[in-house]
Amino acid sequence: MRFLTITSPHSARPNSVTVTMLWVIVALLPGAVAMTWYFGWGIAIHMLLASITAVVAEGLVLKLRRRPALPAIQDLSAVVTALLFAIAIPPLLPWWLTLLGTAFAIIVAKHLYGGIGYNPFNPAMVGYVLLLISYPVEMTTWLPPIMLNQTPLDFAQTLHAIFTGSLPPGLSWDGITMATPLDEMRNQLNHNRMISEIRQSPLWGDFGGLGWEWVGNWYLLGGAILLYKRIISWHIPVSMLGAVLVMAMLFHFLDQESHPFGLFHIFSGGTLLGAFFIATDPVTASTTHRGQLIYGACIGLITYVIRRWGGYPDAVAFAVLLMNMAVPMIDYYTQPRVFGQQSSSNE
Amino acid sequence: MYYPSNSKPVRKLYRFPGGLHLPDNKAQSTRTLPIQAALPAKLILPVQQHIGTPAQPLVTVGDRVLKGELIATAQGRISAALHAPSSGRVTAIDELPVAHPSGLPALCIVIETDGKDEWGALPPPIADYAQCEPRLLLERIRSAGIVGLGGASFPTSVKLAPESGRRINTLVINGAECEPYITCDDMLMRVRAEDVLTGASIMQRLIGATTTQIGIEDNKPEAISAMNQALVRLQLEQIEVVTIPTRYPSGGERQLIRVLTGIEVPSGELPASVGVICNNVGTAAAVADAVLRGQPLISRLVTITGEGVGNPSNLEALIGTPCNELIAQAGGYSGCGDRLIMGGPMMGFTLHSDTVPISKASNCLLAASPSEAPDPGAASACIRCGKCAEVCPVSLLPQQMYWYARAKDLEKTQEYNLFDCIECGCCSHVCPAHIPLVQYFRFAKNESWDQERERRSAELARQRHEAKQARLARQEAEKLARLQQKRAALAKKPAAAQAPADVADPKKAAIEAALKRAAEKKARLAEQGIAPKNTTDLTPVQQQQVDQAEIRRKKLNRSSAEQEG
Repeated sequence: MRFLTITSPHSARPNSVTVTMLWVIVALLPGAVAMTWYFGWGIAIHMLLASITAVVAEGLVLKLRRRPALPAIQDLSAVVTALLFAIAIPPLLPWWLTLLGTAFAIIVAKHLYGGIGYNPFNPAMVGYVLLLISYPVEMTTWLPPIMLNQTPLDFAQTLHAIFTGSLPPGLSWDGITMATPLDEMRNQLNHNRMISEIRQSPLWGDFGGLGWEWVGNWYLLGGAILLYKRIISWHIPVSMLGAVLVMAMLFHFLDQESHPFGLFHIFSGGTLLGAFFIATDPVTASTTHRGQLIYGACIGLITYVIRRWGGYPDAVAFAVLLMNMAVPMIDYYTQPRVFGQQSSSNE
Repeated sequence: MYYPSNSKPVRKLYRFPGGLHLPDNKAQSTRTLPIQAALPAKLILPVQQHIGTPAQPLVTVGDRVLKGELIATAQGRISAALHAPSSGRVTAIDELPVAHPSGLPALCIVIETDGKDEWGALPPPIADYAQCEPRLLLERIRSAGIVGLGGASFPTSVKLAPESGRRINTLVINGAECEPYITCDDMLMRVRAEDVLTGASIMQRLIGATTTQIGIEDNKPEAISAMNQALVRLQLEQIEVVTIPTRYPSGGERQLIRVLTGIEVPSGELPASVGVICNNVGTAAAVADAVLRGQPLISRLVTITGEGVGNPSNLEALIGTPCNELIAQAGGYSGCGDRLIMGGPMMGFTLHSDTVPISKASNCLLAASPSEAPDPGAASACIRCGKCAEVCPVSLLPQQMYWYARAKDLEKTQEYNLFDCIECGCCSHVCPAHIPLVQYFRFAKNESWDQERERRSAELARQRHEAKQARLARQEAEKLARLQQKRAALAKKPAAAQAPADVADPKKAAIEAALKRAAEKKARLAEQGIAPKNTTDLTPVQQQQVDQAEIRRKKLNRSSAEQEG
């Protein structure tokens, strides 16, 4: 019999950071597979590329910081960052942009702020926004979904396109790329066309873009897994989606011909991915339930406002980063009432 | 779902925030009924087994003591008496290792038992407690050395005598036993249900409560059934056995009061402030022993459990029995244990050695194996997932308190209500980064207390210094005042003393008198025309000089008159 002196509680711990991150990856898989299905091998290639870059970058920066690298890499948080980044970028983005974005996310957005748990901004979104602002053309060069794609690239061609920037003979970048549904809708509306007209095009599905909206469903499934496993709470997704929906529906009913139906905004762009996987990043999100409702709702609000009146077709990344800044204040003012106290001590 | 035998309408229960469903691990130690532990060769009795002032030893080394004899007396209001758990001889009164997280020794009375287990004189039983004067009942409970057996070990007689003017409506008896592994209260209720109820009834009478609620978690159906049956036998109308959902930490005083009554005990206040007093079932049974049998608190049920012991069970052990003796009687060490925990897995503390004695507060000895309680490994950084806040039964924000405790920003931890933390361990249990949160909070509390003490002593020093400064200043002022008074007195003296001083000075008086006489004589002679005039008998030169002076004066007078004119 040994007499270890350890502090309580003496119990098998049900949670670990690694398992939490693993569940996020698992929940992301349906959406990732769907993306690959609709938009080709590029998504998978970028996921792999980003993951390797993230792990290597994390290892390097930890070595520079003279911290043990293995436990930090094992927590899989760098991989989650990489996957979230890779799933958000266009499938044929040049390889070095993925490298740049991921390395920037890990080294600058994560580790220069102190590593996991200390970064105020969502690293994946920092990497994404860096590229979106610096390389707007590359970052908006999307492929059409498989059902609209006349000339889908195979694995080798995709690899070639990503690493050399050249397409198979007979194909041109203009020929194979297409705007995202959000971009398309925005452009058409800017040309003063009516939504009933715009939606005549074969691009559209039930709510959003053909194919695109189905990816949204798979993210929804992933979100359900996270909720079921209690990796995330319902507060952020519900308030964020709710805010987008309320805003969109409000303007839709005011003017149906220039504001798409509410569900268009839910099933387009990064809304669902953002609601379940990005805004819910525990490190950068609000931690109190009341705060999460405010945080989520503001992300939804900002997303809609930028989409509708701002300079970008999608805005989840901007909205998340903007609200990341407000988290300390939100947390401070939304402390729950302590059991046995009349009101929160800070109010 | 279990329904009590004397089915009453299902009462409304309330929820407390957070909490956890934990694997209860209670079956291991409830397979057999509790048995009396063998008499140990040596009993080690710390003089402080309670909150408050340590008891004062009444015996000296070499004294023979009898079972139940008072060996250390309570000191002051918040203190508890200590009795010899068996007959024997006092062999030492010394600093010895005791069951305390610090591992520091404390003053203990060591009794070498003689095996006779011979009772000393006991106070007479009070069979008719319902008619007995409350003061006598309270005195009996106090002299029996009864403290809260749920773990806090606060002197029971103090708790049962709330401030006058404070109305107590409800007595809550805590049979929740929410911590995993521990089953001593469960077994106590199974085998001594009537004593628990009688004790509760005595307590209820003392505090004048209108109802008594005994809260038992629904994972103890045998205990609930035994209690309900005893309730029917004793026909205690005002007592109710309430089955509550199993959710850790429902056995926390404030949590149980919330579940049973819906009342939130205000932060920083005692339950008595809202008309509730809470006592453990073990305490109730001890009260019954003291009142009905005159027996002081000298033994208690202890759960010996965990994969580290051969035969997990409950033992009725004398207070002061060394842990190793109890473990030996529970099948000895099985070999796979790596730590010995006093108390439960969630809030207990690890012992440095198994030779320390059990005390009045010891409810469980848990020899845990690495498979039961795996080493959580090194803590990693907090990812702010907020799981700790979700399970906190007090709705605290452990992740924020942790942040500030780490930075030693004690003020900020207190702003985040550090002192409302009950150290239940829920946050540490669920933390995915395996951060020992409770340890941080204990540290922050201790640091805060230290700081408070320092602040107080600094304040005291400051007050002393200021008092000294004030005293010195006052003395200085007084000195100055005295000096000034003296000066003023001196200054006044010549003025005041002028007139009488003439009389007082004979020389001056003589001169004055002589002058007076001369003047009088002069005046008299002048009346007679014989007054000498200094202008008579002038020489011609003198006369000439006088004349010239007269001329100059006239001139002067004229010129000054012209000037004025």
